[in-house]
Amino acid sequence: MVAAAALRIPEAEAAAGFRVDIRDVSHRFVLDGKPLPVLDQVGFSVKPGSFTALIGPSGCGKSTLLRLLAGLDHPTDGQVLVDGVPVGRPDPSRILVFQDPTLFPWRSVRDNVALGPEARGTAKAAGGRIDEVIRTVGLDGFASAYPHQLSGGMAQRVSLARALVNDPQLLLLDEPLGKLDSLTRLAMQEELVAIWRRTGLTALLVTHDVEEALFLSQRVIVFGPRPARIVATIDVDLPYPRHRGDPRLAELRREALGHLGLAESW
Amino acid sequence: MSGAGIAFEREGATSGFRWPFASWWGTGLVGAAVWLGVAAVTVLWREVIPLPYGDVFAWICAGVAAVLLVGAVTGAPGPIGQRLRNAGPWAIALGLFLGLWEIVTAKTGRLPLPFFPSPQALVEVYVDDWPRLLDSLAASGWLLVRGFAFGALAGFSIGLAMGWWRRAGYWIHPVLRLIGPVPATAWLPIIFFVFPTSASASVFVIALASAFPVAVLTWSGIASVNRDYYDIARTLGASERFLILKVAVPAALPHLFVGLFMGLGSSFAVLVVAEMLGVKSGLGWYLSWAQGWGAYANLYAALLVMALACSTLITVLFRARDRLLSWQKGMVRW
Ligand SMILES: Nc1ncnc2c1ncn2[C@@H]1O[C@H](COP(=O)(O)OP(=O)(O)O)[C@@H](O)[C@H]1O
Ligand SMILES: [Mg+2]
Repeated sequence: MVAAAALRIPEAEAAAGFRVDIRDVSHRFVLDGKPLPVLDQVGFSVKPGSFTALIGPSGCGKSTLLRLLAGLDHPTDGQVLVDGVPVGRPDPSRILVFQDPTLFPWRSVRDNVALGPEARGTAKAAGGRIDEVIRTVGLDGFASAYPHQLSGGMAQRVSLARALVNDPQLLLLDEPLGKLDSLTRLAMQEELVAIWRRTGLTALLVTHDVEEALFLSQRVIVFGPRPARIVATIDVDLPYPRHRGDPRLAELRREALGHLGLAESW
Repeated sequence: MSGAGIAFEREGATSGFRWPFASWWGTGLVGAAVWLGVAAVTVLWREVIPLPYGDVFAWICAGVAAVLLVGAVTGAPGPIGQRLRNAGPWAIALGLFLGLWEIVTAKTGRLPLPFFPSPQALVEVYVDDWPRLLDSLAASGWLLVRGFAFGALAGFSIGLAMGWWRRAGYWIHPVLRLIGPVPATAWLPIIFFVFPTSASASVFVIALASAFPVAVLTWSGIASVNRDYYDIARTLGASERFLILKVAVPAALPHLFVGLFMGLGSSFAVLVVAEMLGVKSGLGWYLSWAQGWGAYANLYAALLVMALACSTLITVLFRARDRLLSWQKGMVRW
């Protein structure tokens, strides 16, 4: 593998990912009758097919931003553009994966994965694709298991498969590995990179783990405390596959922690 | 570790003598003895007042004893044997109870007569009056099935509408709060007056009684569905129809079943009253008729039929639940 080629252009097999533009987006909630500003004039763009990580203090508004991108909420101010078009209703081309797998407990693994095609009335045609995705996330043999029979890591894989089966062009990951044990977590990080590189989708990952952000993404956007603004952008100029022991990652880690106001703890 | 294993084996081997009855099922043997005892007491002990059908009762007891004896000798193998083994201790208890009952009624007259008929008096009712009991059972069943089906369907629709559409909730909620807690039987005078036939009135009253718990629990089930389920389904391209039928309803199903159980329970209660006051047929009517004539044997016989029928219906509902909610863990089995 030629490292330079792998850096920017993953070998896309499906449609290329969406471009994302966030333009001066501010968002407010109303909490106990008082306005609660959550996002403050946030603006950035993401290239098609790139992998971007968002980190920032807890409660600063990262999940809110992903919900805006998914079309589950709409910004109070500013524009959220996906593929150059303002985000309207939720759409299977942009899928959000939650921190909790939130599988439907009354559906088997396969039926959970089939949720998207079934909702759109294409489950029959997508049959082969569904089995393929279940294999991709390493769950063949568990297709007829129910969620309560799965471990946390397996459940999160199902949740990932449920998103991937729709061939999204924008994958929004909201701390998807946050609750996994560290070994499972490392394995799933590798898998995420592999899936992203194979499909060519655009990935936006929210995480509270600086190492994870640096290991996975091409660019890390650091948010300040609520209401969130961008305090720094770090380009991770390393080719894939990456090595966790890379001294460059350690350097970038120090830089990122500095932006988060945690430099001393290093 | 291995030493202990060897010691154990040797011990097993040294007892070369095999107890001939080792493979017998002891509990079954005791049960057979008890039931045979009941039969003997019934036939051999003179009654205070001579009663017919003592021999039929004795034969029934002997039949049970025979079944237990076969189970005991063969060691009760296979799945049927397993069920028999499970029932063993109960068979003993039931036999003892029947024997005691036989003694304090027919044999000694310890319990005063019209109120405490003997077992053979019940047998007499089943043998002589079975067509009427069967008729009553069928009438009650048909009434209950119609009433409960309408009630469950209406309750489910109302609960779903309340849980899903804000507007529906606004209008239905106050009505439900006001009318729901009123015992359905309190409406009987009006309902019998309003409805053209007492049969339709009875169906309505049963429907009313079962609809309330079903509506409330469906509603609360829909309201407590994890909102993330909807968000997920929506990003995957779900229509509102899909959200209702494939997300809200299955997620609310455990609640719905609690409502159905409560509704079925209250429909039993209302059924008896509706039959006594209204349709003048069915088991409820049979009960009040028997009481009116002081026919206590008939009363107990009908009560027993009713208990078995209600229990069967509950079992059917449990089976349906076990099937539909097999994905739940830690479920109580009926
Ligand atoms: N639906 C809502 N209504 C009111 N406040 C909300 C809502 N959703 C999120 N918030 C608030 O917005 C802030 C940011 O939330 P979130 O985006 O989830 O933060 P995080 O960066 O940890 O993902 C939090 O203070 C949270 O309490
Ligand atoms: Mg969050």
